[in-house]
Amino acid sequence: MSKILAVLEQRDGTLRKVSFEIVTAARRLGDTDAVICNTGDREGCAAALAERAKSGGYRAVVFGATATGRDLAPRVAAKLGVGVAADLIDLSADGDAIMATRPVYAGKALLKIRVTAKPAVLSLRPNVFTPDSRAAGVTPETLSVTTGGRVKVREIKPAPAGTLDVAEAQVIISGGRGLKEPANFKVLEDLAHAFGGRAAVGASRAVVDAGWRAHADQVGQTGKTVSPSLYIAVGISGAIQHLAGMRTSKVIVAINKDKDAPIFKVADYGVVGDLFEIVPKLTEEIRKLHG
Amino acid sequence: MKIACCIKRVPDSEARVKIAAGGKAIDDAGVKFVINPYDEFAVEEALRRKEKAGGGEVVVVCLGPAAAQETIRTALAMGADRGVLLQTDTVSPDSFETARLIAAELNSGGWDLILFGRMAIDDYNHQVGVIVAELLGLPCVSAVSHLDIEGAKGVAEREIEGGIEVVEFPLPAVLTVDKGLNEPRYPALKGIMAAKKKPLEVKPVESPAGAIEVVALTPPPERKEGKIVGEGASAVTELVRLLREEAKVL
Ligand SMILES: Cc1cc2nc3c(=O)[nH]c(=O)nc-3n(C[C@H](O)[C@H](O)[C@H](O)COP(=O)(O)OP(=O)(O)OC[C@H]3O[C@@H](n4cnc5c(N)ncnc54)[C@H](O)[C@@H]3O)c2cc1C
Ligand SMILES: Nc1ncnc2c1ncn2[C@@H]1O[C@H](COP(=O)(O)O)[C@@H](O)[C@H]1O
Repeated sequence: MSKILAVLEQRDGTLRKVSFEIVTAARRLGDTDAVICNTGDREGCAAALAERAKSGGYRAVVFGATATGRDLAPRVAAKLGVGVAADLIDLSADGDAIMATRPVYAGKALLKIRVTAKPAVLSLRPNVFTPDSRAAGVTPETLSVTTGGRVKVREIKPAPAGTLDVAEAQVIISGGRGLKEPANFKVLEDLAHAFGGRAAVGASRAVVDAGWRAHADQVGQTGKTVSPSLYIAVGISGAIQHLAGMRTSKVIVAINKDKDAPIFKVADYGVVGDLFEIVPKLTEEIRKLHG
Repeated sequence: MKIACCIKRVPDSEARVKIAAGGKAIDDAGVKFVINPYDEFAVEEALRRKEKAGGGEVVVVCLGPAAAQETIRTALAMGADRGVLLQTDTVSPDSFETARLIAAELNSGGWDLILFGRMAIDDYNHQVGVIVAELLGLPCVSAVSHLDIEGAKGVAEREIEGGIEVVEFPLPAVLTVDKGLNEPRYPALKGIMAAKKKPLEVKPVESPAGAIEVVALTPPPERKEGKIVGEGASAVTELVRLLREEAKVL
């Protein structure tokens, strides 16, 4: 059986959810060794990972298509003389090769590819692969980094305490121009709080460009691609570029006063009407459930 | 400042995707092609850096079909000085091959900065710039959303999970740029006229197949038909019931 190298991620000493997804998917391809590289020195990590991939005779190296993985995977791939089969939503072994599927054209099509690179370098879209029960027991080896990189991390400005990254949240409540003004996002924040620590507030590009919300919160083609279990679009029309970032969410709810808004075409459940009446009522109901 | 920008010709983000006969590519007929939006940020940044330095050269490089001359002209109209088209009818689905051709072109340029987009909006690959940096042995910062350059040293901000990372790097360097870095200018009429006379060198290249092969391009699975639960606040109770009992997400 082939050997697979899974590159996991952790934060504040605990493995991130995507790590369990990576291990689960990697095991489909073969016996998996899990490693972690715990430093801001990406050049050093890339060198260490490429070295390990070569010396360990791995068939594939698997990353998450996260901010970290998107930076690291191509560095490692280049050192191994291959490209990254990036942002995969499905993968399987196919004899000597690997079959994989990735969304292209902003999710308007799926590309099925056959990867013959040796080793293959793969990155997986977060929140797509469901971790199996075995994944929880993974204990990654920490790789040591020797070379000093030329790019130095000077500082990390953390997002405000208690805010969950939209790319990691299980529930996302996104607001658009229908919110009318920045202060009104309070309505969505209240709803997010009602879900406990599981929900984050996202945004359409229109309100990010207007300076109402941070770019980190933007969902869509020029923002983040998310697949939460519940996505609630509030006062968002549903432009194709917005859909590109959220159409793979498990359940989509749309709240919009225009019954013909395109967002209703992808929504599982729609409520037509004024968000300022609907959302507070929803917050109340969710609080009751979680209260 | 001598700056290279790599730009890709991509279908407009509004374009309707129709799959061509053969089932491996899109049907180009009627599709409007544009410069990749992230690469516009790269061109804009290059122009501003050159203006600030009071001189230099901004060169745009594109790997693509003959029609990509148009994409290069767009960047020239914004203000870039000259363009290079690495012309090939088939671009490999393996980014390593694209990166290798671009790196070969940029290898001996003596660039202070080489700029890429964070990703191309057609293939979402997020990698060509980073691979080129590795192939050229240059330091690389990806997904840059804020940039300061002082002499031969740069400071960049990039979004990471849960925050913003501030990094320092030496020039020359390769950067891939994110939205938020700047607001790209629209080419003015004068720029469009001037662009017609700017040098655009066409170099035929072979893009090898690489180690990633396209098996099929298919439409995404349709989302199951949704339903309008109702109108106004009175629909909320039913919505919550459906989310609990039918969708089981609460
Ligand atoms: C290259 C490119 C990339 C892009 N990338 C992105 C991206 O990453 N993400 C993104 O989101 N967009 C992106 N866009 C922009 C996109 O095309 C749309 O312009 C944008 O998504 C619209 O934002 P919106 O839905 O908030 O605003 P609008 O389209 O103005 O919609 C506002 C909605 O609010 C509703 N509304 C108003 N008042 C109320 C009320 N009181 N109650 C309920 N509903 C109400 C209206 O009916 C309307 O449907 C991109 C565009 C381009 C060209
Ligand atoms: N065919 C190409 N020609 C020139 N530049 C390209 C090409 N493909 C990708 N790039 C550059 O690499 C960046 C990232 O592309 P990708 O890795 O394909 O997502 C783009 O934003 C461009 O700057």
